[in-house]
Amino acid sequence: MSEEVTAEILTTHVLDLAAHGKRLDDRGPDEYRKITVEPGFVTTADGSALVRIGDTAVLCGIKLEPGKPFADTPNAGVLTTNAELIPLSSPVFEPGPPQPGAIEVSRVVDRAIRAAETIDLTRLCVTPGEKSWVCYVDIHVLDHGGNLIDAAQLAALGALTHATMPAKRFGIAEADYPLEVVHYPVECTFVRLGEAIVVDPTFDEERAAQGRVTVATDETGRIVAMQKGLVGAFSPDDIKTTVERAFHHGERMRAIARGVGA
Amino acid sequence: MGGSHRTGPRRRGRGGSSPHPSGDRVLVLPGEEIPSQGLKPGPGTYRVGGKVYASILGLLSPRPPFVQVIPLSGRYIPKPNDVVIGTVTDVQGTFWLLDIGAPRWAPLHMTGTPWKVDVGETERYLRVGESVVVRVENLDPTGRIGVTMLGEGLGKLEGGSIVHVSPARVPRVVGRNGSMIETITRHTGAQVAVGQNGRIWVDGAPEAIHRVREALRMISEDGQRRGLTERVDSYLKSTSRSRDEGVEEPPREHAHRDAPAQDFASSPPPTDSGEGPDDERFDGENN
Amino acid sequence: MGSVGAKDVPVLLSPEGLRVDGRRVNELRPIKITAGALKHADGSAFVEWGQNKVMAAVYGPREVHPRHLQQNTKAVIQCKYNMAAFSVDERKRPGLDRRSQEISKVIAEAFESVVFAEEFPRTSIDIYIEVLQANAGTRCAGLVAASVALADAGIPMADLLPAVAVGKAGGAIILDLKKEEDNFGEADLPMALVPQSGRLVLLQMEGHMTRDELATALDLGVQGCRGIYEVMKQALRDRYSVAPAAEAGA
Repeated sequence: MSEEVTAEILTTHVLDLAAHGKRLDDRGPDEYRKITVEPGFVTTADGSALVRIGDTAVLCGIKLEPGKPFADTPNAGVLTTNAELIPLSSPVFEPGPPQPGAIEVSRVVDRAIRAAETIDLTRLCVTPGEKSWVCYVDIHVLDHGGNLIDAAQLAALGALTHATMPAKRFGIAEADYPLEVVHYPVECTFVRLGEAIVVDPTFDEERAAQGRVTVATDETGRIVAMQKGLVGAFSPDDIKTTVERAFHHGERMRAIARGVGA
Repeated sequence: MGGSHRTGPRRRGRGGSSPHPSGDRVLVLPGEEIPSQGLKPGPGTYRVGGKVYASILGLLSPRPPFVQVIPLSGRYIPKPNDVVIGTVTDVQGTFWLLDIGAPRWAPLHMTGTPWKVDVGETERYLRVGESVVVRVENLDPTGRIGVTMLGEGLGKLEGGSIVHVSPARVPRVVGRNGSMIETITRHTGAQVAVGQNGRIWVDGAPEAIHRVREALRMISEDGQRRGLTERVDSYLKSTSRSRDEGVEEPPREHAHRDAPAQDFASSPPPTDSGEGPDDERFDGENN
Repeated sequence: MGSVGAKDVPVLLSPEGLRVDGRRVNELRPIKITAGALKHADGSAFVEWGQNKVMAAVYGPREVHPRHLQQNTKAVIQCKYNMAAFSVDERKRPGLDRRSQEISKVIAEAFESVVFAEEFPRTSIDIYIEVLQANAGTRCAGLVAASVALADAGIPMADLLPAVAVGKAGGAIILDLKKEEDNFGEADLPMALVPQSGRLVLLQMEGHMTRDELATALDLGVQGCRGIYEVMKQALRDRYSVAPAAEAGA
């Protein structure tokens, strides 16, 4: 629950600008803010990445620990995604148990990682039905400047891509080895501002938004997750357009997450 | 520990901020001893055992008979007669609560408006999210901030946009004798109203608003250095439409300087011509 | 602490008087503080201290939530210390635990001893400490980060609050324990100092030491705090003083 009220004048201004094809920070409707990925930020994690999109900052840490496979998937490891929208990161977040917003971020990111088969869970199985790796993806929002889903997913992908299996420590293998990442899903979020649909919304744009839609794509051309959020509506044609735009942005973001692009 | 500071004077607010913090002033940090040279401890300081210390991060400023520290950061600390911009966060039967960026929400009572408001009818006049220009009327020891909308230049804001800067930056936004804000309005033709609380209302063509925002961002992010006015001036010149068109834009008249409050409060959103009064209505000279 | 029979107990103090990481008994780990590390808080700081990474943010003074915590004569100071799940070797389950709640309480009380809370009645000053990477001494690193964040937020207070842990390992009284010394040493004693008055506003101890050792430890801790104090002040000066390249770095 937020007590922070955004001035209506500002949200109206955001909408006016959008009607003229402009944005508060002078970006084009299809332009991301500057994106940086810093892998290995946390050495206590088995993989980590600090992602910044404009003035949004999200940290993801991966922990890999031995556990038990689920009964219905005895040959697969376990993947758990958890996002914390901690009150440190924004005046709009409050202490306490996870709020619906945090749960939504967790679930949307989790769906993309899972559906894209980012990691092959069967390779995380040690002894079928008895022992498998549990892969914890913990996402910590540090600075909330809007578009948390894209930043969270990019942080998760960056962290997974640079993760090491601590096999030696747990006596499962002679030596540690890299976690194998098979596919590279990235999320791409848009908001509706009047008739305009703009990518990578800032906090102020999210406050003004008349609907939000997120499309996750992978490098093979699959759509691997979608989420419509906030109050507002999109036509099927709107959705088709955002999908095309998501694929376009996805290529570049994948390269950034893998550390092979800028 | 814990008792010693209570021997110091009770500080209320951190009034009397200088309009022009300059690089010449000494930066002090909480707990640093201040050479008081016989001056009394003023805002932002405290005294223990005959010595004066800074209680906040800021610039040392001797103001005989006081020595004080001018804050460089933090939330807005209200002072009587400050004109500020606020956003309605809650509506009650006889008053509205305004977020003015201060430690507490400020109640605006229905009798403090130019409207004849009946009890329970407050929401017909101002809704949550709407913004107003008000004056700080009184502060009481419980931290309650009384504000009024009665007075020249006060009222409800319509149209335009709102930019936030640190309240510590307001003197720089205004400039010496209003020079900075004059530079900004002259180059952009935008209408700008600077609240002492760092909330700034800007109106005009989208392009003009954008250039004002950029200029304000420059002022916000600039260090405590000289030559800021020149840099803002050169940015605004370099982005001037008139330059592209090879036409010199005439400086605007301060046509509406004495316009009645209602004009300001209820004027319709301006057209794209960007015409309108461009004076700084409340510019911090009443520090 | 000091569990007997634990395997791989490292040599905590060499015959030459050097510790596991080569420090002498009175040496601090490297410490780096960035004031104003976050964009959306009223004040913030990031502390990298040895292998600790701790972020702190301050919001307020602002309206109190929940309202019943409001105090009529002063600001209520609320602190939440939290460890990220990935900040430790064995994943920590997210959410409240007793250790974090105790640390939050003693840190809040330490700040109540120096913050001039009576200037802001009926408000709340909220301190959030997030441990992102832990290697012993996180409550001290968090306290130091929070203190710089409070100054960055313009909060009036008697002084900055440097903090450090002293302890006993390998039979010696040592400054600024790292993980091995914390895990296998004999005592851990975190403290926070008000440099202006020379008094301690946080003090805990786990383990055991003699009266003489404690006296040595307190002296060593005060000395360590004074070193940390200089780093804290420099971090704030770097952010606020006249600098040719004053553009706030991220």
